[in-house]
Amino acid sequence: MIDLQNLTIKEARKKLDAKEFSAVDLASAYLAEIKKKNKELNAYLEVYNDVLDQAKIADEMITKGKSYPLLGIPLAIKDAILIKGRRASAASKILENYISPYDSTVISKLKKQGAVFLGRTNMDEFALGSSTENSAYGVTKNPYDNSRVAGGTSGGSAAVVIGNMALGALGSDTGGSVRLPSAFCGVVGLKPTYGKVSRYGLIAAASSLDCIGPIAKNIEDARIIFDAIVGHDPMDSTSVTDSTYPKLPTKKIIGVPFDLISQEGIDHKIKEDFQSAVKNFKNLGYQIKNIKLPNCIALYYIINFAEVSSNLARFDGVRYGLHKNGKNLLEDYLLSKGAGFGKESRRRILLGTYVLSAGYYDAYYGKAQTARASLKKEFKELFSEVDLVFTPTSPIPAWKIGEKNDPLSVYLADIFTVTANIVGLPAISLPSGSIEIEGKKLPLGIQFMAPHGREDLLFEVGKKFEAIK
Amino acid sequence: MNIKDIENLAALARLELTEKEKEGLLSDMDSILGYVKQIEEVKIKEVKLDYDLKNIWREDNPGQREFSKELIISQFPDSQDEFLKVKKIL
Repeated sequence: MIDLQNLTIKEARKKLDAKEFSAVDLASAYLAEIKKKNKELNAYLEVYNDVLDQAKIADEMITKGKSYPLLGIPLAIKDAILIKGRRASAASKILENYISPYDSTVISKLKKQGAVFLGRTNMDEFALGSSTENSAYGVTKNPYDNSRVAGGTSGGSAAVVIGNMALGALGSDTGGSVRLPSAFCGVVGLKPTYGKVSRYGLIAAASSLDCIGPIAKNIEDARIIFDAIVGHDPMDSTSVTDSTYPKLPTKKIIGVPFDLISQEGIDHKIKEDFQSAVKNFKNLGYQIKNIKLPNCIALYYIINFAEVSSNLARFDGVRYGLHKNGKNLLEDYLLSKGAGFGKESRRRILLGTYVLSAGYYDAYYGKAQTARASLKKEFKELFSEVDLVFTPTSPIPAWKIGEKNDPLSVYLADIFTVTANIVGLPAISLPSGSIEIEGKKLPLGIQFMAPHGREDLLFEVGKKFEAIK
Repeated sequence: MNIKDIENLAALARLELTEKEKEGLLSDMDSILGYVKQIEEVKIKEVKLDYDLKNIWREDNPGQREFSKELIISQFPDSQDEFLKVKKIL
């Protein structure tokens, strides 16, 4: 029996190379776990039927003496990332039967290392949400408490990692979609610098915000997956190189926006957990500096609505995806979109159409773009004073399934995470502690943001935090 | 905002909505737009960024791509002689 609970990617690598177990043994152990749990948790939308064949190929490579960090490592992939010949639905009915004709760049990179793909994970439809409740295929339950959400939008990817149903996973993060579920499920989630990881083959939500990032059990594993997928890609015109951003010397100063954290609406237990983490970093020799950060929810959502409505316009039932036959082409559009898009997608399509319409463009989208440029400038100045910005990941712990009926109240859960996407900064969520609600332990997360291109600072501070936890 | 506005937006976005849905969306949009309207209050001076991210261009050279033509064609709702078939527009 392989002890999946305590297994990490790094450990598994050693044991696979030492032939303590084979990639087939490892994949079988995960498949058994998935079989036991997935029906209840609904974390995978599909478990591939060729997992053991993939693992066999990895074993053959190992036998030939090959070794890559992810060779034979079983991973889960968010349903928005394309794998050639496999289904990718973005958890939407409009793409229910869509089969990818090509590999996304991240998948090509993982395939080169011989990683094993277990299946595609549940998410909010088109990555619109914060709880995976907007999936057209049912909510993903939190492995800590089945009556609560796993977070979103990459809820399936976070749930499978903590539920021992995969050793690591890929998610995507538009406004917190890797970090929030990581916090709710007690795992590590990284949103890289905008452009550091190619989005070629990622089903787009909001193109100026979207990033692909790893979800893993610890910092080292997150780093291993990040190293495997990072890199400039000519197929993504927003791709950056190592020299795009200048590297500043570090000062061991952490900025904390105490005003933003102390306000109403932030759970008092999260405030307490955060304060104790701040104390820990002081003890580690960091200087804590009080900084000012604005609430960016309005700014973020205006940009999100606008870009989402533009991106979702391509799903029209003409070339692929759901097609409903009407009397003429216009009716085809109306019927296909009407039947294919879920509630939140429709809402954002209309909101985006509104904020981009001639009469309101300047007041909403135009203003948001100027505010975004101003915020980028503020952060540039801020990072000449501090190395990192430190906040909780979420203002509240995982909520009860169905508890939040009002879409605006869900949007507000993104208060700490959206900023990194607006500015394009790398950010990480780390498991920090837990609280007990109704007799169930619920994990909490803390978040660090670093200057552009400085994922290394996030890994460094994360390792230090792990060591004292 | 009223039901007419919702209908107009839905027509622009080519979305078919039921009557019940229109009402729900109207109240959601009122509250969401009411919230994001606070962007109007934000005071911003002229901003100019020092680092300059720009469009990346490449030559449009023909090359080998890994696309599966058969898979793409098989997903067309309707096709004829390997072409996508659509309804008459004019």
